[in-house]
Amino acid sequence: MSVFVNKDSKVIVQGITGSTARFHTKQMLEYGTKIVGGVTPKKGGTEVEGVPVFDTVQEAVEKTGADVSVIYVPAPFAADAIIEAVDAELDLVICITEHIPILDMVKVKRYMEGKKTRLIGPNCPGVISADECKVGIMPGYIHKKGHIGVVSRSGTLTYEAVHQLTQAGYGQTSAVGIGGDPVNGTNFIDVLEAFNNDPETEAVIMIGEIGGTAEEEAARWVKENMTKPVVGFIGGVTAPPGKRMGHAGAIISGGQGTAQEKIRVMNECGITVAETPAVIGETMIKVLKEKGLAEKCKTH
Amino acid sequence: MNIHEYQAKEILRNYGVVVPNGYVAYTVDEAVEAAKKLDSSVTVVKAQIHAGGRGKAGGVKVAKSIDEVRTYAEEILGKVLVTPQTGPEGREVKRLYIEEGCDIKKEYYVGIVLDRATSRVVLMASEEGGMEIEEVAAETPEKIFKEVIDPVVGLMPYQARRLAFNINIPEESISKAVKFMMGLYNAYVDKDCSIAEINPLVVTGEGDVLALDAKMNFDDNALFRQKDVLELRDLAEEDEKEIEASKYDLSYIALDGNIGCMVNGAGLAMATMDIIKHYGGEPANFLDVGGGATADKVTEAFKIILSDPNVKGIFVNIFGGIMKCDIIAEGVVQATKEVGLEIPLVVRLEGTNVELGKKILNESGLNITSADSMADGAEKIVSMLN
Repeated sequence: MSVFVNKDSKVIVQGITGSTARFHTKQMLEYGTKIVGGVTPKKGGTEVEGVPVFDTVQEAVEKTGADVSVIYVPAPFAADAIIEAVDAELDLVICITEHIPILDMVKVKRYMEGKKTRLIGPNCPGVISADECKVGIMPGYIHKKGHIGVVSRSGTLTYEAVHQLTQAGYGQTSAVGIGGDPVNGTNFIDVLEAFNNDPETEAVIMIGEIGGTAEEEAARWVKENMTKPVVGFIGGVTAPPGKRMGHAGAIISGGQGTAQEKIRVMNECGITVAETPAVIGETMIKVLKEKGLAEKCKTH
Repeated sequence: MNIHEYQAKEILRNYGVVVPNGYVAYTVDEAVEAAKKLDSSVTVVKAQIHAGGRGKAGGVKVAKSIDEVRTYAEEILGKVLVTPQTGPEGREVKRLYIEEGCDIKKEYYVGIVLDRATSRVVLMASEEGGMEIEEVAAETPEKIFKEVIDPVVGLMPYQARRLAFNINIPEESISKAVKFMMGLYNAYVDKDCSIAEINPLVVTGEGDVLALDAKMNFDDNALFRQKDVLELRDLAEEDEKEIEASKYDLSYIALDGNIGCMVNGAGLAMATMDIIKHYGGEPANFLDVGGGATADKVTEAFKIILSDPNVKGIFVNIFGGIMKCDIIAEGVVQATKEVGLEIPLVVRLEGTNVELGKKILNESGLNITSADSMADGAEKIVSMLN
């Protein structure tokens, strides 16, 4: 089992004819993802990596039966692309695009209220269920099938954590990047809940960063609801206040959103927080041993 | 992106938000001319820098005559203001705003921000004008009132009215306060603001509602469709290296240490700073080369790092996803060929096209120390500088 995507997911790629999307379509296909179509307006009828291209999402869904979309459309057009996918009633839309105007995302979120579609991202690496399905831009080879779930606001820190786990012999169920923007489709709690309900997942790594209070809210949720151990990491202990650290959402403002406060609340809620980004995997293994789960989770 | 107070007031004026009359001045003579044109019994001389806390630092003076305007303008222009927001090095004043004074009866606070928890824009207000809103939130949170705005219909007049009543705006000024807040919201949305803050908003003796100060920040992601806002950018208020970086879409922030960092991904870039510090080093910068970087962009990034005289060593930490390791390697080789490299360089590569990247670095003949992990890399660069 896994969360959000699996071997049966049928995926379309929005903006498939762009160079980044082409490269990653190839990589996703090589990983074994069922890419059933692509969408680029006015490029309908062509092919990318043997995948048929359509003019509209609606047409792509009708002709292929897709249930998942991944978006590589440039930022000025990304909100339109997300809403087009929601309107076509896909189950899941994963938006990789970064630098989408914040007020565009405010509208998108409002539009999505009451709709069936789940949005992951934007400004995220996507979702991978190890050895089954990769939807996004993460390097596939670092993932191994196993029992640890990973959720993160940062793409590259997700890779870091996954790589550490795999090298130590501990595989993953799924790794979910929720993105670095202040307005996103899926938050920590949504993903933690999915991992909590997934019978294959035994423990979860949650990677946050400065800015906002999503980590604190998630930590409180963990304390109340989570039946599986959670290990955390927060990036930006040394970040100066008032500066936007790359991600639109990574900013300490008015004394809020510091790493120190997040770590304090996470510890208080029973989450073991790794001291450095280099020991996220190690910290997880230590916790697994304490809980008697290490043997079960050791996969290779 | 930030703009000056006088620029924000110019924008707000177009949206029906009432602001006092005023003129920008770059010289003392211009300041005096402006005061003469205003012909007001009281004139305010205000330093224009991209930082709050100007009043307490001596950057805002009330003049009762043209001579006083001249004296204050001479005093403030060229002065380095140190406020809690400028850092200890302060900021030199290069522009003044000369504004007519007004008869203040009471000060209030009104601000619009994005509320991350609800993913909505929120209008907030308080009776405690002139105080930092964070301070009010910490000490008397019950004095802050909020209206969450539905983007479908925008700010509704009843919401602005409710807010105005809640903060005890006098009844005869309620309609003017509503018009003020509606205008502020329209400006926020039209111009893709990230913050629009009026502190203080004042009610005058005549019952007028006006913005005595104005702060507007803009969403960098939306500047592509805000050409007129982009023209208001004041490069003198920004770090030179940060300006250079922004030309190449690199996300760079100057820090105080001596280890230059080049990383892909904001999270990993922050974590790289953290781990350098953990091993006893000090990062010289935050630098995220982003996902779509070309070798040329990486070269520019490298040059920007090297242009900081404090940098005594460089740590390149790459976990390729959308960014390919070979692109980074090419950029590093190209940059060192162009500008030379006399300081230690530690490179850690992992992820997409890692083998190709390592091959390029190995065959370059450059003196590069390779690292197996980010901990290994951080430890190596720190120990090489000690």
